[in-house]
Amino acid sequence: MSELDYVVVLAGGLSPEREISLRSGEQVRDALSDAGVQAVLADADAALLDRLRSDPPAAIFPVIHGAPGEDGSIREVLGLLGVPYVGSPPSACRMAFDKPTAKVLAAAAGLRTPASVTLPRETFHDLGAAAVIDLIMGQLGVPLFVKPSRGGSALGASAAHTAANLATAIVGCFGYGDTALVERLVPGTEVAVGVIDLGDGPRALPPVEIVAPGGTYDYAARYTAGQTEFYTPARLPAQTAAEVARVAIAAHTALGLRDISRTDLIVDDTGTAHFLEVNVAPGMTSTSTLPMAMRAAGIDLAACCAGLLQRAAGRADPPGRLEPGD
Amino acid sequence: MVASEIRALFAVAARPEIVSLAGGSPFVSALPLGAVGDMVGSLIASRGQDVLQYCTAQGDAVLREQICEVMALEGVTAHPDEVVVTVGSQQALDLITRIFVDPGDVILAEAPTYVGALGAFAAYQADVVHVTMDESGIIPEALAAAISRVSAQGRRIKFVYTVPSFHNPAGVTMAATRRLEVLRICEQAGVLVVEDNPYGLLGFDGDPVRPLRAHGRDGVVYLGSFSKTIAAGLRVGWAVAPPGIRDKLVLAAESAVLCPASFAQLTVREYLATQPWREQIKAFRELYRERRDAMLNALAATMPPGCDWTKPGGGFFVWLRMPEGINSKAMLPRAVSSRVAYVPGTGFYADGSGAGYARLSYSLPDPAQIAEGVRRLSGVIGAELTLRAEFGPVLRRDE
Repeated sequence: MSELDYVVVLAGGLSPEREISLRSGEQVRDALSDAGVQAVLADADAALLDRLRSDPPAAIFPVIHGAPGEDGSIREVLGLLGVPYVGSPPSACRMAFDKPTAKVLAAAAGLRTPASVTLPRETFHDLGAAAVIDLIMGQLGVPLFVKPSRGGSALGASAAHTAANLATAIVGCFGYGDTALVERLVPGTEVAVGVIDLGDGPRALPPVEIVAPGGTYDYAARYTAGQTEFYTPARLPAQTAAEVARVAIAAHTALGLRDISRTDLIVDDTGTAHFLEVNVAPGMTSTSTLPMAMRAAGIDLAACCAGLLQRAAGRADPPGRLEPGD
Repeated sequence: MVASEIRALFAVAARPEIVSLAGGSPFVSALPLGAVGDMVGSLIASRGQDVLQYCTAQGDAVLREQICEVMALEGVTAHPDEVVVTVGSQQALDLITRIFVDPGDVILAEAPTYVGALGAFAAYQADVVHVTMDESGIIPEALAAAISRVSAQGRRIKFVYTVPSFHNPAGVTMAATRRLEVLRICEQAGVLVVEDNPYGLLGFDGDPVRPLRAHGRDGVVYLGSFSKTIAAGLRVGWAVAPPGIRDKLVLAAESAVLCPASFAQLTVREYLATQPWREQIKAFRELYRERRDAMLNALAATMPPGCDWTKPGGGFFVWLRMPEGINSKAMLPRAVSSRVAYVPGTGFYADGSGAGYARLSYSLPDPAQIAEGVRRLSGVIGAELTLRAEFGPVLRRDE
């Protein structure tokens, strides 16, 4: 493992998911240390570029959640520096991070995804919030689920059962972004499926079933140990479990993702899987679903992280390489 | 501990890219750090056997004498035997609550009140009943009414908790005449007063208003702290209590920590004995006055109509009232996105009210940062007003 003598785990950032990212980063760093890799934690701040230039790592493991970690921007910069990194290329990140775009691509790949509308704040301003909300209610009905079009950890996300609920949910959503994705809420079993590719093609990890207190898998439920019940593998019939694995791999492939992703979906009463969103820098904290799924699959977190870094180091994009179209 | 979105946002607010008007940390960089460092080194070299050893639960005897000298600056006369040194005044607050409060007992506190006190009270399952205050502090008539109301319900009031000078979070100071009135009301009702006075020596205008403890000895437990006048990191505070309560405090402190840290106590003792601490407090006052002025000027220059705020005569905090309909807690993510942070008012009420307010601190950022932070906050409030105007009619449908 000589080429992995020194790697950087990129965590933190300035999004509201900073705290979670730091926890994810510490978990990955500690796992890599267990694997004998010298891993240091670095933040995406003004000191980063000098640090990477003066002491280039063999590869970087980005676990910055939210922008700029998941919107592709930090990976663009890593590409400009010629530093290899684990995970998806910038163009794929952009498509995955923008939930409405990811839904369109998932639907184009034949996956089911709840009916939705995506509206920027300006639309409510220009056309009148009440009229737009009535129109949404008329077309999509209730219950609905509102979330920022870009972001994660359920920050700014909430359900709505009335017009006033919907207005409140949209105003709350605008705390974390300027565009709201309003989606029909599909009742069913919430499932997260991790996908890992260590060089032999994308492989779905066992699905993790999420049973949140009161049915709401919000920020507190996600990151307070013991608040949410997880079943790994999910309590799904074998055929349904195979289907959610297929959906996760199909989403990973359709969006052009690489190395690692996590797809969130709902399995309804008929066993149909509905794609909700996909994450290119999934949470790696002790209460995150991806590490749980790895354990259930008998995959050692340390070995997996080291393997992903080996793979990244091996493909080392040439410095300054830009993507097609630039 | 429950993970909270607010804590997640404060994790971002700690980054230097954000102007944080949230924390109430003192500007310890203004201390003569080199001299303090030399002093600490010499202290360990010369008195290491004491500095690194246990001490008594009540605290170092010489330090307690010095604390009496410090309190005398505000007109409080106390004997060193009445003083119990604690791990910050926060521990004194915790111990007092532990001694007095059974689950369900009532504590009367200003509305709003210090968030750390609410945490201590909640830990012992106290029921906090807020008493209205205005720009001159707690309103005596409201206090009397609250005592009558709670007593009529057959419930036990264990004490009145007050931060009378340069209030955290409200920034106001209880008027001298009201202090006497509060003492009279509490004495008549047989209710103890817990007076928390960490900012008393940090007044900007004229002589400090005398603490309640300066007027009444038996019915007041007084809490003091070196966190703002020397260094918060030393965690040295104290309580002054009548003998019966003092004895219980000492036992409770012994049970909690055996004794306060000798290292911190003797550092404070040496600082008070060898450093120009009175001049340093004057320097802190001037520094915080300049920052207070920067904040008040920036607020006056930029805040949209519908906002108003307190004008503190000392301490660290301005209490900002938002325009009608704005929820400061809901607005916080938008503020952090705009790279400014504050503490939503809801943290300072036991019942979760206070969403229309925010606490702004000027103690840590410099005047230029304060001006920039207030400018950003003004923009955030303006945008919030627009958002509320857009969605207001729909939001009110369920009301």
